[in-house]
Amino acid sequence: MNVLAAAADGGVQIGTGEAVVFWVLGPIALAGALGMVLSRNAVHSALWLVNTMLALGVFYVVQEAPFLGAVQIIVYTGAIMILFLFVLMLVGRDSSDSVVETLRGQRVAGILLGFGFAGLVGAGIARATQDLPVTGLDAVQGGETSNIEAIAELLFTRYLLAFEVTSALLITAAVGAMVLAHIERDPGTRPTQKELSRARFLTDRPQTLPGPGVYARANSVAAPALLPDGRVTEDSFATGIDPQEVDQMPRPTGRAELGTPDASLGSLEPTVSDVPGGQDAGSTPR
Amino acid sequence: MSVLAAADQPTLEDFGTDVWWIVLIKIVGVFVVLVLLTLFAIVFERKVVARMQQRIGPNRVGPRGYLQSLADGLKLAFKEDIMPALADKPVYFLAPVIATIPAFLAFSVIPLGPTVSIFGERTPLQLTDAPIGVLVVLACSAMGVYGIVLAGWASGSTYPLLGSLRSAAQMVSYEIAMGLSIVAVFLYSGSMSTSEIVAAQADGNQLSFFGLDFTGPSWFAILLPVSFVIYVIAVVGETNRAPFDLPEAESELVGGFHTEYSSLKFALFFLAEYINMVTVSALAATLFLGGWRAPWPISLWDGANTGWWPLLWFFLKVVVALFVFIWLRGTLPRLRYDQFMRFGWKVLVPTALLWILAVATMRTVAREADLSTGEVALFVGVPIALLVLAGLLVASRASNRATRIAATKAAAGSIHPTDAEPEVLPAAGPRRRPARPSGPSRAEGGFPVPPMDLKVPPSPRLRSREAVAAGSVVSTGRRGRATTQEEDGDE
Repeated sequence: MNVLAAAADGGVQIGTGEAVVFWVLGPIALAGALGMVLSRNAVHSALWLVNTMLALGVFYVVQEAPFLGAVQIIVYTGAIMILFLFVLMLVGRDSSDSVVETLRGQRVAGILLGFGFAGLVGAGIARATQDLPVTGLDAVQGGETSNIEAIAELLFTRYLLAFEVTSALLITAAVGAMVLAHIERDPGTRPTQKELSRARFLTDRPQTLPGPGVYARANSVAAPALLPDGRVTEDSFATGIDPQEVDQMPRPTGRAELGTPDASLGSLEPTVSDVPGGQDAGSTPR
Repeated sequence: MSVLAAADQPTLEDFGTDVWWIVLIKIVGVFVVLVLLTLFAIVFERKVVARMQQRIGPNRVGPRGYLQSLADGLKLAFKEDIMPALADKPVYFLAPVIATIPAFLAFSVIPLGPTVSIFGERTPLQLTDAPIGVLVVLACSAMGVYGIVLAGWASGSTYPLLGSLRSAAQMVSYEIAMGLSIVAVFLYSGSMSTSEIVAAQADGNQLSFFGLDFTGPSWFAILLPVSFVIYVIAVVGETNRAPFDLPEAESELVGGFHTEYSSLKFALFFLAEYINMVTVSALAATLFLGGWRAPWPISLWDGANTGWWPLLWFFLKVVVALFVFIWLRGTLPRLRYDQFMRFGWKVLVPTALLWILAVATMRTVAREADLSTGEVALFVGVPIALLVLAGLLVASRASNRATRIAATKAAAGSIHPTDAEPEVLPAAGPRRRPARPSGPSRAEGGFPVPPMDLKVPPSPRLRSREAVAAGSVVSTGRRGRATTQEEDGDE
């Protein structure tokens, strides 16, 4: 690169720092692009793409276009790729790409064509820019004005129409998405939180439905909740699923094994419930 | 003051020319400041929240308990590092790192003070600055989202995934409000670089009010109050702090995105959260509270904005902002998720857009009519602010009318202060079963209240215990033994 820059007459000399950044980040950006194509997991693909986009953002900053670099990172990596990830995560983490070829030989053909295309484009760009004088963004912007001011001036004078048309297009897209996703609902048909609360208190169960219970051995929706005495609570039956009996541990039932409530208050002689572990099966009740 | 300030005020040309060891000192300094502020913020939060809840708070480790977070950090480092079986290992490992690095990076553009002399080298007290300074902070906060989102996804578990989905939607939405709130500051200061924004808040506007000349406020928090309020609300959402801490809502999602994390990885998330808090506080101080410049009564002293003093003012402002964060957490309950998103999109973003429109219009009018900023604020801003406040007052009274009338009636002795509302149908839905006629009859009004003539029957246990006590036994029972002995003593 240094040779190329030096060869151009009147061009700017590319500094060592810029060259180092290029040769470090270039392979990283390329690796990101390859990884995005090659990885099986969709989320991993998206992350590789994020890597490439970040590298591109740094390239912009290094090439004296800091605003473009920041916007690249904030808008593309920060907002758009996050939305991509959002959708990919909803798809599920086990849905990897299928490796079965439906068209015979399409993978080999794809690889060959890809390399061919990359070679064509790369060679074309290399030929076209071979002896081009390097001016640098600073000189184009006219010395004193900063990058942001130069962009703002162009955007709001020369390219005003394009800018406005683009924003109109984006607004149309946003409104269209809202119209497609909108559900027509008459105002007032949806009960408010107050009405729902009142309705709940007018039933016989203002509280929540019972959970699995202290003695439950399963937390599936099909397993009904248990009362302390081992019966199931009908309130916890799930709608649409037959309640399933879960195998229960043998539990102490009845006065004989649990002891009477009075016994816990104390008496003349030690009771079963006073002895640690006295409730275990096999110990004889008093 | 302005002459001295101009001499010390760094401009964009002052950056990027430092010697390498100055840069190294600054980097290490920013790192140390952030870590120390994190340790301080954790203890400070626990102590302040404790004070608000009438507790003492941590008071064991170190003087007055101020080393508690150091002990907690050490404890976290020695805990077992768990890798869940279903975790996506590389992403699970990377996520806390991705969350932490942007948090540190964002602080590099925060100006801590004016140009000072470090070992004979004159250099601004700021790691670096760029024409896009504030955008660097925005970019870093945009990158920080990835850490949280990927942590939730890579954990391979339900609650973290829900937390990460929430945080993705939440942080993207509130980033928009935050970015829009800053736009007005850019308009006023004419720059995006943090050091120039601080410089723009240096001198107050000369106000001429009925022949009296005085210097008006120069902080953007006062000149652009709506922006400031929107910024404060948006950054609370952006940093996942209460009352907007939905990605880690304990009552709904166990721990949210970091449920499966432990040991140092968890510590990194913790660190990132608090550094983000510090960064947005510092950015609030920089953009709206005059940066490192001394607040008004102190700024009368000529030396207040020179040398190393501004460091003190800056960190005082940061601590005050941190206190507001903690205050919010100690005061407000967590919002429901739909309310939260509706607030962001339907209140914050439109308000910010309208405000930008108003500010831009006023700037243009002021330029055309050749008015000074102070005059605009006086003749346009104050009447508009009064109008808006009056409108808000009327609106709030109108919306609270029913409650107010009910309160008046209740104060006058009415038992049913609210009007009888029409009977509503029981809520229908898959989880609702029709009400069964069993159970005790409802109290009046449908709410389960105990009957007014309720007499609690004597407990059968009490009777039996008295019988036992009458026999004056040496009881082996665990309950009631002390009482029995007392009664023995009385006899």
